Amino acid sequence: MTRTLRLVRRRLVGSVFVLLIVVVGSFLMLQAAPGDAVDAYVVSMGGDAGLVESLRHAWGLDQSAWTRLANYLWALLHLDLGWSVTFSRPIRDVVLERLPNTLLLMGSATALSFFLGSALGIVAGARPGSLRDRLLSTGSLALYAVPSFWLALVLVIVFAVDLRWLPIAGIETIASSKTGLARVTDIAWHLVLPISALGFIYLALYLRMMRAGMAEVWRQDFVLAARARGLPRRRIVLAHVARNALLPLVTMLGLQSAQMLGGSVVIESVFSVPGLGRLAQEAVAGRDTPLLLGIILVSAVTVVLINLAVDIAYALLDPRVGAGEVA
Amino acid sequence: MRRRFLQTPEAVAGTAILVLLAAMALAAPLLFPGDPLRIAGPALTPPFQDWALPLGTDRLGRDVLAELFHGARTSLVVGLAAAAASLAVGAVIGTLAGFAGGLADEALMRLTDAFQTVPGFLLALAFVSIVGPSLSVVVAAIALSAWTGPARIARAEVLSIRERDFVAGARVVGMHPLEIAFREVLPNALPPVLALSSIIVAQAILIEAALSFLGLGDPNRVTWGGMVAEGRTVLRTAPFLSIVPGIALVVTVLGVYLAGEGAVEGAAVRKGLS
Repeated sequence: MTRTLRLVRRRLVGSVFVLLIVVVGSFLMLQAAPGDAVDAYVVSMGGDAGLVESLRHAWGLDQSAWTRLANYLWALLHLDLGWSVTFSRPIRDVVLERLPNTLLLMGSATALSFFLGSALGIVAGARPGSLRDRLLSTGSLALYAVPSFWLALVLVIVFAVDLRWLPIAGIETIASSKTGLARVTDIAWHLVLPISALGFIYLALYLRMMRAGMAEVWRQDFVLAARARGLPRRRIVLAHVARNALLPLVTMLGLQSAQMLGGSVVIESVFSVPGLGRLAQEAVAGRDTPLLLGIILVSAVTVVLINLAVDIAYALLDPRVGAGEVA
Repeated sequence: MRRRFLQTPEAVAGTAILVLLAAMALAAPLLFPGDPLRIAGPALTPPFQDWALPLGTDRLGRDVLAELFHGARTSLVVGLAAAAASLAVGAVIGTLAGFAGGLADEALMRLTDAFQTVPGFLLALAFVSIVGPSLSVVVAAIALSAWTGPARIARAEVLSIRERDFVAGARVVGMHPLEIAFREVLPNALPPVLALSSIIVAQAILIEAALSFLGLGDPNRVTWGGMVAEGRTVLRTAPFLSIVPGIALVVTVLGVYLAGEGAVEGAAVRKGLS
């Protein structure tokens, strides 16, 4: 357990630096954006030049860049992300309200691509170089080449417009006042298309990684030994080859999380799922730069936490990780 | 070398697609002169009805085929420019980090981590919305998150190269460290970095399409992503309008992937034989 704790501590220290860089970067982008918080406030609330001056002074915007950066950091330390003009509410509240929907979409899509991708990867990697392998590898590449928003629209045309099997958009039936299990089913029903659109595209990554990993393992001596012992092929494939190729896929889960979050931005806007991505688009439409940067900061923290969780899982699964480190 | 590059049917298909696309992009101004965004006929003409407008017109009466050809230009230009920019930036940062080592390495790698932590698409979205959409801004926005992969690969490569004899030799001769890094080490570290280029071009084309789909592409150019978004408004009556540019995107990106894999495999075969 101490090994895992050491690893977590080291990663936490690294993450703090990384997040600090993200914060400074987002501050720079905020400075580069035309207009500041006061301009935005006056545009939405109204006010004269005198109010502008006093607000600038009150919010510390007439001070030097360094002081403003310090103020920005100080506010963030208190979990204060600023004020959203589009929603006339604190950015933190707006973002945290939308985060669960995105995590639900992202998590389910990741699970779909991970399980289906690695299962198909085992099918392809069981006989490297076979026709089945080539078809699956190239087919998954074709899927990976599909723009997610377009796949989403095609799914909508087929399953929502033509067949009318699934709802066209939204996360639940509006004003249905469903509760409990009925509401859960309703949400799941609404999320079938978004999750498929997002999950099927990233399936190729896991399929190809599984397949490549298995091709490596096939060459190793213990597989030869298993064959020499006369084990059935199915057992060699599953218990020996696939099992040893599975571990790197866990790392991929963490590395992929940022891309998945980015991908859900587009998917959410197609299906009007009220998540972070849809919020980002609303922020762009409302020229609400502080809100946009708040979303980026929260996503960065989310990605860091997911990677930390993956590292811990990895250390628990593989006793070699961190064993040689002196901390 | 060419025979080895074109050894698999997949690589042949990929190369053929890319040649066709390049031809489309180059021929666009000749075959369809003038602004592809101008009105060419009655709105929502179905495809295969009027031979002057083989693929019909969109909601505003624009020639879909002309838009398709001009869209190929945008996609290819953005893909290539973004890949070139991110490979160049990544190679320089990776080489500096790997060659300098110590605190500089640590700082540059944390910077790389930071850029990988922020979802690339969100970063591109924020960048374009702050600076304002134009072709070069879109290219910069894509490169902003795509340079991290090349940087990591370049650094790993430089770490192993800098211990070699010819680097020690260059030091003895008294070459400036920066000169050693960029004239001796970097060229030798490039091949594995360049192997990433097909993936980066493909991702860049997809990101550009998604940005245009969300209305953040260059408004003065035809983009396939923008065409899909435009067709979305008449999805029920004319689904064709959003399906066709999407197919163009899929074929393009797949062509880039397949050709790239063929090139990497061909290089591996060459290496194995020598």
